[in-house]
Amino acid sequence: MEAFTTHTGRAVPLRRSNVDTDQIIPAHWLKKVTRDGFEDGLFEAWRKDEQFVLNRPERQGASVLVAGPDFGTGSSREHAVWALQNYGFQTVISSRFADIFRGNSLKNGLLTVVLPQETVDALWELTEADPTAEVTVDLERRKVLAAGIDADFELDENARWRLLNGLDDISLTLQNEADIAAYEASRPAFKPRTITV
Amino acid sequence: MGRTLAEKVWDDHVVRRAEGEPDLLFIDLHLLHEVTSPQAFDGLRQNGRQVRRLDLTIATEDHNTPTLDIDKPIADPVSRAQLETLRKNCAEFGVRLHPLGDVEQGVVHVVGPQLGLTQPGTTVVCGDSHTSTHGAFGALAFGIGTSQVEHVLATQTLPLARPRTMAITIDGELPEDVTAKDLILAIIAKIGTGGGQGYILEYRGSAIEKLSMEARMTICNMSIEAGARAGMIAPDETTFAYLKGRAHAPEGEDWDAAVAYWKTLKSDEDAVFDAEVVIDAASLAPFVTWGTNPGQGAPLSANVPDPASYEDASERLAAEKALEYMGLTAGQPLRDIKVDTVFVGSCTNGRIEDLRNAAALLEGRKVADGVRMLVVPGSVRVALQAVEEGLDKVFKESGAEWRHAGCSMCLGMNPDQLAPGERSASTSNRNFEGRQGKGGRTHLVSPQVAAATAVLGHLASPADLSDVATTAGV
Repeated sequence: MEAFTTHTGRAVPLRRSNVDTDQIIPAHWLKKVTRDGFEDGLFEAWRKDEQFVLNRPERQGASVLVAGPDFGTGSSREHAVWALQNYGFQTVISSRFADIFRGNSLKNGLLTVVLPQETVDALWELTEADPTAEVTVDLERRKVLAAGIDADFELDENARWRLLNGLDDISLTLQNEADIAAYEASRPAFKPRTITV
Repeated sequence: MGRTLAEKVWDDHVVRRAEGEPDLLFIDLHLLHEVTSPQAFDGLRQNGRQVRRLDLTIATEDHNTPTLDIDKPIADPVSRAQLETLRKNCAEFGVRLHPLGDVEQGVVHVVGPQLGLTQPGTTVVCGDSHTSTHGAFGALAFGIGTSQVEHVLATQTLPLARPRTMAITIDGELPEDVTAKDLILAIIAKIGTGGGQGYILEYRGSAIEKLSMEARMTICNMSIEAGARAGMIAPDETTFAYLKGRAHAPEGEDWDAAVAYWKTLKSDEDAVFDAEVVIDAASLAPFVTWGTNPGQGAPLSANVPDPASYEDASERLAAEKALEYMGLTAGQPLRDIKVDTVFVGSCTNGRIEDLRNAAALLEGRKVADGVRMLVVPGSVRVALQAVEEGLDKVFKESGAEWRHAGCSMCLGMNPDQLAPGERSASTSNRNFEGRQGKGGRTHLVSPQVAAATAVLGHLASPADLSDVATTAGV
C-alpha cells in the first residue's frame, strides 16, 4: 500500500448525500479482473451531464473529493476505491462514510476523513466560490486546512500508523502465526468444513 | 455484566487481542464469487502465498451468470472471462467451486445456508455486502472488500475493530400480507440508510421468533441497507430444524455438541446494547420504496411524499433528486404507479418460500398485458424444489418467465436489465439509480406485492387481488 502522510490539492465539491457504490462505479465495470483502468467508470452516469461538477474545466486535476453524508453506501465493491484512486483522488472528506467503503479505502491508501457537516459545508462554500482554493489533509497532525478552515479529525492510531507507513496488513497478521495456529488447534470438531483435507 | 449475542460470537473468535490494535478474528467460512475475488488471487500469486484453509473456503458463480441458454457459451466476452478467471483460480489454488451448470450453483448467500455450511456461532465472510444474510442463523456474517478477501485467503483471519450493538425489537403479530420484506423496509425507513452504521444489529422479539429461516434471511440480508455490516438473530428450534440433515450439518455426537453450544447463543438478560429500536409488528403494512435509496420507502397505501415536507436540507435535496430520477410527482398515490417489469429473485427473496408465496397469488391469474415478469430462483436446488412442487408451471401459465438461477436483475451484470426509463417492482435489495440497468427505475417490494403488481400492472398488495377472478382449481 502507498503511504499517506500529507496531501494538498484542489477540491471537487459533491453536494449529494447517499452516494452509493453503484454511482461511484456501476456494476458493468466490475467484470474487469484488474485493480486499474476504472477511471472512466467513476460516476459514469452523472458524467454524461456536461454540467456535472467533475466535468467542469476548473475541476480538472483536483484530488480532494468533498462529499455529502453517507458516502459509499451499498455494495462492498473495492472497485469504488480503485475508481476514485485511478481518477486521481487522494482523499475523500464526508461527515459519514459507509463502513465497508471506509475499510476498503484505508486498506488502499485512500484517506477517508470524517468531519462535522458544518465543516463540510464550509469546504463546499470555499471551493465552490474559488475552484483554485487548495485543501490540505495532513495525516501526521490529523488536520484539514484551507483558507479560513482549520479542522481536526480523528482516525484510530492503528489505522493511522499503517497508512503513514504504507504497511501491508497481511504481512502484519502473519507475524502472529503462532496465535493463529493455536486458535486453529482449539476449534471444536463440529465446526463446518467445505471439503475433507 | 451479560453479553449480547454478537459479543459472544465475537469473543469466541478472537485469535489475538492487544492494546491499541484491532482484534484479530478467526473466520469459520469464506464464500467466494467471480466478481470480487480475481484481484485477491492475483495478490496471493504476486506474494507467493497459498490459501491457508481450503476446508473453510467455497466458491460459486452467480453475479455474471446468464439465466437463459446456460448450455451455450456466455455471449458477453467480459463476463465469460471473469467466470473463466474464477475457474482457473479455483483450480490453481484447490478451492471447491460450484460453477454454472452444477447442481449446487446459485447465489452465494442461498448456497451457503442450503448446504448447511452457515451455522450458528460461526464467522462468515464474503466479498459481498449481502453476506449479512447468514446472520439469520446467529452467525456473525459480514461483507468485505477484495483486500480483505485476500487477507482471509492468506491468513483465515481479519483484523477488525469491535463494532457496537443495536437491538431491534419487534413484538406482536405481523398483520396478514405483511412479510419479512415489509418489516425490513419499514425498519430501514425508520432508522435511515446510515442508522446502523458502526453497529451489529440484533433482531429480536416475538414477531421475529415466529418467522421461518427464509424470512429471517430476508431481514438480515438487508441489514447493510440500514448501514450495518451485520445483522443477527438468535438461533432457536426453527434454526436447528432447518439445519438438521443438511449436507454439512454436524451429525451424531457432533450434532449434540453443536446444539448444546448453539443454545448458549443468545443475548443475556442483563446484556446492554449501545442502541435500541422498538417496533410494533401490528402497526406494519405492505411497504414499497418510492426513491433511489432503500430508506426512501412508505406503506403502499400512502402517497409519494413531498420533498418540501423534509426538515433536513440534505434529505430534502435527496428526495427531490429521487423523484426526478424516478419520474414521480409528490402526492401521487403509490398504488397508481404502473410498472413495466416485475422481478422475483435475488439473495433477498429468491428462496423456495418466496417462490411459493408469489406462486400462490399467481395461480389461476395472468400477468397484466405489457408487463414482463421474471422469476429467477436463488439456486439450482431452489429451482429443482420449485419444479417438484409445480411452481414453475404456475409461473409459466400466468405468463411469467421462469429462468435459471443467479443474481440476475438484482444488479444487471448479466443480460437481465431494465431499459432506460423502464420501471420495475423488484424483490431485490437496492433501488439505487441505474442498479437494474442504466436509467432503470426500481421499486423494492415483497414477493407477494410483486405478484399482485404483476397481475394488476400497478403497485398493489395481495388484498387488491380480491376483485381479480382466479381460475385456480376450476
